[in-house]
Amino acid sequence: MEVLLLSIKEQLVALFPAVLQPLAGHLLSITPVLGVFAGCFALTTVLERKALGRIQNRFGPNRVGPAGLLQPVADGLKMIFKEDIVPLKADRTVHFLAPVLLATTALLVFSVIPFGQAPDGRHLVPVDLEVGLIFFFAVGSLAELAVFMAGWSSRNKYAMLGAMRAIAQMISYEAPMLLSVLTVVLISGSLSLVDIVGTQAGGFWHWHVLTPWGAAAFLLFLTAALAESNRSPFDIPEAESEIIAGHMIEYSGFKYALFFLAEYLGLFAMTSLAVTLFLGGFHPPIPQLAFVPGPIWFFGKFVVIIAFFIWIRGTLPRLRMDQLLQLAWKFMLPMAVVLLIVAAAWHRISLTWGPVFGWLFCSPPVIMAYLMLGRGGAGKKGGPRVYRYVN
Amino acid sequence: MSLTFAIIAAIVLTGAIGLSVLRKTVHCVLSLTIVFFGLAMLYIRLDAPFLGFALVLIYVSAVTILILFTVLLTRNREIETDVSPYSRGSIAGLIVGGSVFAGLIWMIYRAPLSRGITELESPASVKSLGERLMTEYVLPLEVIALLLTAAMIGAVIVAMKDPG
Repeated sequence: MEVLLLSIKEQLVALFPAVLQPLAGHLLSITPVLGVFAGCFALTTVLERKALGRIQNRFGPNRVGPAGLLQPVADGLKMIFKEDIVPLKADRTVHFLAPVLLATTALLVFSVIPFGQAPDGRHLVPVDLEVGLIFFFAVGSLAELAVFMAGWSSRNKYAMLGAMRAIAQMISYEAPMLLSVLTVVLISGSLSLVDIVGTQAGGFWHWHVLTPWGAAAFLLFLTAALAESNRSPFDIPEAESEIIAGHMIEYSGFKYALFFLAEYLGLFAMTSLAVTLFLGGFHPPIPQLAFVPGPIWFFGKFVVIIAFFIWIRGTLPRLRMDQLLQLAWKFMLPMAVVLLIVAAAWHRISLTWGPVFGWLFCSPPVIMAYLMLGRGGAGKKGGPRVYRYVN
Repeated sequence: MSLTFAIIAAIVLTGAIGLSVLRKTVHCVLSLTIVFFGLAMLYIRLDAPFLGFALVLIYVSAVTILILFTVLLTRNREIETDVSPYSRGSIAGLIVGGSVFAGLIWMIYRAPLSRGITELESPASVKSLGERLMTEYVLPLEVIALLLTAAMIGAVIVAMKDPG
């Protein structure tokens, strides 16, 4: 499949004159990514609504098309034909640029994710950057700017409040997320996602998730990914019951759809990164299954994590702002620092004595750190909330 | 001067002009991000992609957000647009700015770096950067780390409420 895709691309690029060939090559790499992830977005919305419906003891969308599968088409058409309203006092330029910037950055981050590898060693990746991981986070962090632009330009206090909440949350969770990713960088010794996937080839026992530091870092990463993409239980930036829809409140029609799209694409990007960093990317779990193409493995793991996210969304209640920030700064950040040290120790121990000793020496500190940070922190500050002004 | 450089220079200059001409402070900060973007592109063009993306990561997201928060927290209202942008000190400012610019140009032309630019065989790899940081430049790195820690603790102490 990878060979087929790559040769289709080469054939098509050869049709263009030599001057346009680099441009055509990039366009041909971009188009499938755009198509596949936009399709994923459409399917995920309907799947999510159906799954949430089942969790809440109802059916979910089941009217449009077979089993409600054409629901996203109906939603998209509705969004396009809605009137595009801009508030009178709004800053028109910034108000327009915010969703554009957000959607652009949400799409750009996919350009460094490897989706497969041909037997001759070529990778199915739009751009193989040496600093791919830094690129991912640099572009991903532009979303904060876009959210601010949306909140500020709307001239609405709910929009501004929502934007402030979103930015505080994104900045807080970026630190533990980067630190948990750094453990993988430490072990693989590279910032290129292609190289990081390469170190996990040859069976599931090579995956980073199956190490003491990797399992913990994977969970930290998933939590931070939920927070970064403003999903439940971290959805206070757009809490419907408090500030309606946060920074998106003054957007209607297709601009709102763009925000919605960017949110899901951000989630997909985080999921793809989690698959690439911890779950072996496009590599099969056992080498004997290598006849199944890489993209299928990649999207299989991708769907599992997305299903996990939907399940979390249907299960957990929303956190309070102080709980949210405490979790980030008092638990996740120190935990990630501990994991960084443990990963360094694992590297040394498992290289000299083998992975059994690595497990023996590296899992106690992780469990100890979890117990001390989790339970110890809860003992002091947790407990029922005191309503100072009511009592 | 290559075409790429011309495009990048145009982007940086557009941002810089916007930064000094636009009336609303938030607009100025947003055009500052355009300048940062241009500089990052320049780094990437000069085969230092790590530096370029680190610039985007730190300046465009973190520093800009910090500036925006400062602007929003220290100012209750936007300055109304009736005030003339040309204050009394603008001529003096023009002279000072012009002389600084001329001095910079003079210094850059005198510097040995501006002549004899050599192409690198390969882009500066992250690995060599890290090795340099851990061997040759380990003392400056540690000093910067200490300085940042001191600044962070200082900020916490300034922001901390008096317990008594």
